Amino acid sequence: MIPVHIAVAWVSQAVIGIRGVAGGVGLVALLLSPAALAADDPHAGPRADMVETIRTYARHSPSARGRGHLDPRVLDVMGRVPRHEFLPKRPSRGLGWFYDRLSGGKLQYLAYADRPLPIGYGQTISQPFIVALMTDLAAPEADHVVLEVGTGSGYQAAVLAQLVRRLCTIEIIPELGASAAATLKRLNYGNVRTRIGDGYHGWAECGPFDSIVVTAASDHVPPPLLRQLKPHGRLVIPVGGVFSTQQLVLVQKRADGRVTTQQLLPVRFVPLVSKK
Amino acid sequence: MTTRPGGILILSAIAVVSAAVLAYEVLLIRLFAIVQWHHFAYMAISIALLGFGASGTFLFLAQGWLRRRFTVAFVVNAAAFGFSGIAAFALAQRLPFNALEVMWEPRQLLFLLVLYLLFTVPFFAGGNCIGLAFAHFGTHIGRIYAFNLGGSGLGALGLIGLLHLATPEESLRLIAGLGLAAAGLAALSADRHRHVAAAVLAAAAVLVPLATPSSWTALRLSPYKGLSMALAVPGAKVLSQSSGPLGLLTLVDNAKIPIRHTPGLSLNASVGPPPQLGVYTDGDGMMAITAFSGDFAPLAYLDFTTSALPYHLLQAPDVLVLGAGAGGDVLQALYHRAATVDAVELNPNIVRLVAETHGAFSGSLYALPGVRVHVAEARAFVAASAATWNLIQIPLLDSLAVAAAGVHGVSESYIYTVEAFEEYLRHLRPGGYLAITRWLKLPPRDSLKLFATAIEALARAGVAAPERRIALIRGWNTATLLVRNGDLGPIERAAIRAFSEARSFDLAHLPGMAPSEANRANLLRQAFFHQAATALAGPERGDFLARYKFDIRPSTDDRPYFFDFFRWHSLPEFLALRLQSGTALIEWGYPILFATLVQAGLLSLLLILLPLLLRREKAAGDKQQWRVMTYFLCLGLAFMFVEIAFIQRFVLFLGHPLYAVAVALAGFLAFAGLGSGFASRFRRHIGNGPLSDLGPIWAAVIAIATIAICYTTLLPMLLAGWIALPESIRILLSLCLIAPLGFFMGMPFPLGLERVSARLPGLVPWAWGVSGCFSVIGVLVATLLAIHLGFTAVVAIAAVLYLFAGALFHTPLTGEQ
Repeated sequence: MIPVHIAVAWVSQAVIGIRGVAGGVGLVALLLSPAALAADDPHAGPRADMVETIRTYARHSPSARGRGHLDPRVLDVMGRVPRHEFLPKRPSRGLGWFYDRLSGGKLQYLAYADRPLPIGYGQTISQPFIVALMTDLAAPEADHVVLEVGTGSGYQAAVLAQLVRRLCTIEIIPELGASAAATLKRLNYGNVRTRIGDGYHGWAECGPFDSIVVTAASDHVPPPLLRQLKPHGRLVIPVGGVFSTQQLVLVQKRADGRVTTQQLLPVRFVPLVSKK
Repeated sequence: MTTRPGGILILSAIAVVSAAVLAYEVLLIRLFAIVQWHHFAYMAISIALLGFGASGTFLFLAQGWLRRRFTVAFVVNAAAFGFSGIAAFALAQRLPFNALEVMWEPRQLLFLLVLYLLFTVPFFAGGNCIGLAFAHFGTHIGRIYAFNLGGSGLGALGLIGLLHLATPEESLRLIAGLGLAAAGLAALSADRHRHVAAAVLAAAAVLVPLATPSSWTALRLSPYKGLSMALAVPGAKVLSQSSGPLGLLTLVDNAKIPIRHTPGLSLNASVGPPPQLGVYTDGDGMMAITAFSGDFAPLAYLDFTTSALPYHLLQAPDVLVLGAGAGGDVLQALYHRAATVDAVELNPNIVRLVAETHGAFSGSLYALPGVRVHVAEARAFVAASAATWNLIQIPLLDSLAVAAAGVHGVSESYIYTVEAFEEYLRHLRPGGYLAITRWLKLPPRDSLKLFATAIEALARAGVAAPERRIALIRGWNTATLLVRNGDLGPIERAAIRAFSEARSFDLAHLPGMAPSEANRANLLRQAFFHQAATALAGPERGDFLARYKFDIRPSTDDRPYFFDFFRWHSLPEFLALRLQSGTALIEWGYPILFATLVQAGLLSLLLILLPLLLRREKAAGDKQQWRVMTYFLCLGLAFMFVEIAFIQRFVLFLGHPLYAVAVALAGFLAFAGLGSGFASRFRRHIGNGPLSDLGPIWAAVIAIATIAICYTTLLPMLLAGWIALPESIRILLSLCLIAPLGFFMGMPFPLGLERVSARLPGLVPWAWGVSGCFSVIGVLVATLLAIHLGFTAVVAIAAVLYLFAGALFHTPLTGEQ
């Protein structure tokens, strides 16, 4: 008789294995990698793998501001921010419970897989690759003041906060906002200001902003946000569903107040017609 | 084998079970559309298949034992259908299945598998009832089949009627009660304890629908649907919910954090919309009812979307809005001082919300002077109308998330076909415009297909230089196509340029525009839209359409799949990019349909071949079994091919997809029931008459093939000529057209099954299973064939299948004279 939890582990690994290297990083690396187990931070290995995956993808991504690589500072920060801390403490659904048991009830088994993860309330923590692209498109500088609309888990805020002077972030769903604020505080992100409310009107008292990152998909760009953007400021907004990003839109405000957009696919996709 | 049917009781029980099973199948399509998404319709179909197939196999193996206890077995299975119908739904709602995560997490497929297994149970039980009846009453197959078909027809029609009166949850309870009622009816024909058993079951039939805890049947929407997300926001409250066969409408208000819906608002707009109410259809695809007090000042935003363009080219136009929804585009027309607005909307519940329930909020929009509302299908309305307009506006009604997933790929749409464009153009006054707005997808798809369709329609109408009549503009998330009745002159071109410039929209096509004018405000890496439009307007059009990575060939009435952009040869490239968020490139409708078909095919293969393998040594005539299988397989496929093709033909003619489904389903099932009732008489008649050499099956299939082939050319002409007749006459005519075909289509099944029953009785439930399986597969294959070849081809293939089946049974089976 095979103990149930071992059987579950076999099945889980087989299933994860199908997904390939990137997806399997979570559990397989956590359970099997001696390096990871030996290090002080058991997440360091998976996190390094995650950054490597992003680096590889970015080589082919037109969203990487047309230069074939991301800002090294962005990758550096993503290699340090503890993404697992921003996930709900217990995967509440289905087989997640088994993973939870297997990993001692503490580790968020898929935290560093390059994929979006559900965080409740119909929201997700974005795919790390998309977080990296959006951060890169926002072109953060050390003296910048940045607004984020849609705090969600707080992970994007944590990444941005490491790169700018002040980050203001608004979340519409109170439970998510409170949990993200607590996590950001616990992890000592002192330059982050959080607020629960309607992001449509921006946060005038915190601005004007050098860039605005909208993480919630919307059918239009709220006019108040554009007003709170400084000349030469940048606004980044994703288009698509919660589990798949169709395109990233970069809005740039010129000195005369006029705006232009750039519409970028996360993936390289040319030419549109196949060869004869 | 010669047992008499236990009178009208058992026949009624068969009809009631048949009705309940079919109603359950159609209801599952609605339920899946609400809690998950529309493409699960196909899943519901293949679940039914799995249940029927499994039932056929089970009966094949256990029929000896079961037939000795026919009444008890029937009662138990009918009751099991009733109980498991509710239980399967309640359990399925507790599974953490998330369709959107499948590409990231294959373990979701395990949940899907469990979902399949759960819903197989009720169909298995229902299939057992009918299969057992066929096996038990061998010589009365024609009558059993007639009651089975009649019941199924009533079930399908009844459910559509029921959805007008009851919510989907209530319908589910009622269907479960029907199963138990059928069990009660059958129990009355038992030898012992019949009154007690019937009384208990009758009580259960009443109690189960009433006493099942509401948490079991409550709809738990996916948290990723628009409605769930809107309700997660503080302050959101549901104002009302109205259910109908066209969808569950939920009206949401949020006084704290207002709902704001303005697709494609220009970045130069200084204000957004005033307060709005969100209207969700099946929990997604939000439309907005906008607050309107008669003061147009707060509506300035309506001049800042791409769809406002035609109003800058027309003075006080007469406007036709096709798909008025919650009224946003009617408001836009009024804002731009339209003289009159004809608003066409299919769903009467939406019209009621805007006009009556929230008339005070919407400013009684649909009752304002100059506004006329028509509850009708858009295309049929135009076809039946003699009026002309200055502007025909087709707004954006589907939600971006749904459009982005491409799940509409396999649903038909008659408003974007070449024939539809020709129809619209005929209803435009000189200098009038057709304006169509779509979400802007990247890489470009919808708007280019519209552009190609316009070129094709204008060319068919004899316009020498179609591209001179077309303009295409785009913002950052919407695009609007404009087609003029007449060339776009310098004044119009200047107005289009000025409009776009002021709103930071881009020109994708304008007669005489320079390449440098494209791709200026919303920068793409290349001027994709302009390049593609230029290619589509020029001589290299055919080559471009063939080599583009998405299918942007114009759709036609025969192949009305506007939303199908899928191309097989692009799939490997998209799949390779999936982990980099490349999943958004894949249009899901077609691959899901295809995968469902493959899985259904494998399952039915297994379920059909399994009994053969298990009983190999017992069965003497292996060849006979193959013949029997192929015969019933062909009948199952062909019946559905014809039925689906006719439903499609009638969508336009009857002006309403639901009428089309109801009339075609009821017509075919009723007349086929009649035909099967006459089958024995027909056999005797043929046997004694001049056609005796032909045999009854041959005679029937030749009649079917001849009528079907005649209809492929006759029907489009007849229907086009009759489209302006009153609705009741059109329904009557449709039934008359179906009658001869349906009548003969009811014959091959009982005629064949009688012969099998006489010589190879053990194969009867199996033959029923094969036919059931393949009529379900038939629905999937018909859609797939229609996507590739069109409906005419589907009917032609059905005719060939019928003839092939006839040929198979032309020579005697073993032991026959």
